[in-house]
Amino acid sequence: MAEQSIVRTEDLKKIYKMGSTEVEALSGVNLEIQAGEYLSIMGPSGSGKTTLFNMVGGLDKPTSGKVYIDEVDVAQLDAYELAWLRCRKIGYIFQTFNLLPVMTALENVTLPMTFAGMSSDEARDKGVALLTRVGLGDRILHKPSELSGGQQQRVAVARAMANDPAIILADEPTGNLDLTTGREIIELLRELNEESGVTIISATHDMKMLSVSDRVVWIRDGKIERIERREDIEISVGTIRGKDE
Amino acid sequence: MQDKVVRDRTRAKIEKQIVLPLSKAVQISLESLRMRFGRSLVTMSGIVLAIAFLMSIWTSNAIIEELRDSGDSRIELLLQTKGIETSAEDVKAARSKQTWLISLSLLVCGVGITNAMLMAVTERYREIGTMKCLGALDSFVAKLFLLESSFQGATASIAGTVIGFLLSLVASWISFRGAVIQYFPGIKILTFAGLAVLIGSVLSIVGAVFPAIKAAKMQPVEAMRIER
Ligand SMILES: Nc1ncnc2c1ncn2[C@@H]1O[C@H](COP(=O)(O)OP(=O)(O)O)[C@@H](O)[C@H]1O
Ligand SMILES: [Mg+2]
Repeated sequence: MAEQSIVRTEDLKKIYKMGSTEVEALSGVNLEIQAGEYLSIMGPSGSGKTTLFNMVGGLDKPTSGKVYIDEVDVAQLDAYELAWLRCRKIGYIFQTFNLLPVMTALENVTLPMTFAGMSSDEARDKGVALLTRVGLGDRILHKPSELSGGQQQRVAVARAMANDPAIILADEPTGNLDLTTGREIIELLRELNEESGVTIISATHDMKMLSVSDRVVWIRDGKIERIERREDIEISVGTIRGKDE
Repeated sequence: MQDKVVRDRTRAKIEKQIVLPLSKAVQISLESLRMRFGRSLVTMSGIVLAIAFLMSIWTSNAIIEELRDSGDSRIELLLQTKGIETSAEDVKAARSKQTWLISLSLLVCGVGITNAMLMAVTERYREIGTMKCLGALDSFVAKLFLLESSFQGATASIAGTVIGFLLSLVASWISFRGAVIQYFPGIKILTFAGLAVLIGSVLSIVGAVFPAIKAAKMQPVEAMRIER
């Protein structure tokens, strides 16, 4: 293996038990993601995207199978190492933005830096730089309630980049945004991916994501249906959306 | 074997998350209280009432005791006409009834605090989950809620103490006028005030222990939950 994968899953299974009924949300997912990739996980609602994310992001434990991040088995980590992983190695972006409502945009961005032990001065400078980078240099002291959805998601992108993570996990980042705003967020993610080499893994059922992705993983009923590379995607997108392209 | 070597080499890349100084938690919980001030006021009102009740009883007890011990015959007469027990036995009986009432009001207050903090934790599931995704340790989340409750408790207790003292002072003034000032048990009342604030604050911390544990145990996946 020449290139080391940054994320690797081995026969990943997740079964949710609700009383007597069982839902198999993931049924044996094998996935390898290279560092620096922009990967989209496509699938209809309920196909298991969020579940896969939670496993890859160290937020939930699989029923069976393994997740390796940088070849480290996530199941082997203790609570302090998991917190470190979530803080430093992975940046999360949510469909619902999830900014802390009592904090300003800047405080939201600097919070992960605080958790990482950075001094307040250093964190403030870096936070301002990140917010400027995402186009909100003039909004740093605004509260989330004073920002539009698209602006809130930009703050969330800046926050995800706070500790220079190796991976950004974005679960339906455009799910609560209109078409244009969603497109802008996707392009922002793509730019960050190119600038800093951060691996982007994005779950979506938004076709806009296709054009920026290096690879697209199609998932259905908890299984990988197929994986397409960028070259193949452009052809199929061309045919699907022949009219409006 | 091969697998083990790979793991050991890369395992070193993952470090342990540091424990933040308490000052950071203080800062964040104060900000959170400031932003949700209206909400806090409701929670605090229960504590204010309970502590005001406690303090007013303590204050009037202290004042009457001081008057009784004054040895002033005019005051003794005044006490008798007001129907205030002077025999040791009567005083003892009245005291135990008061203790019972005070304990009951503090208990109700404690339950109220637990209830309010549980609601705050349930309401903020997404925030707690998000903080955990950003690298917050369980202990940090617990500290946030304990601090929030203790600040609320301390503020409310101070307010309750002042209110209880003033009410009791006014009531005593109406009954005994200048005698209250002449024989004012300053040191005693100051001690009681300190004790009342302490009781209110400790009660707020104890009442928040269970909610804080609940918050600390919340899973980071809660951040992903979408209300439908
Ligand atoms: N916490 C849970 N408890 C029970 N079932 C769940 C839970 N989370 C997800 N599921 C089920 O698992 C399946 C996959 O869900 P999810 O991963 O959220 O899909 P997606 O993100 O692609 O919409 C769905 O059938 C869903 O109902
Ligand atoms: Mg989902």
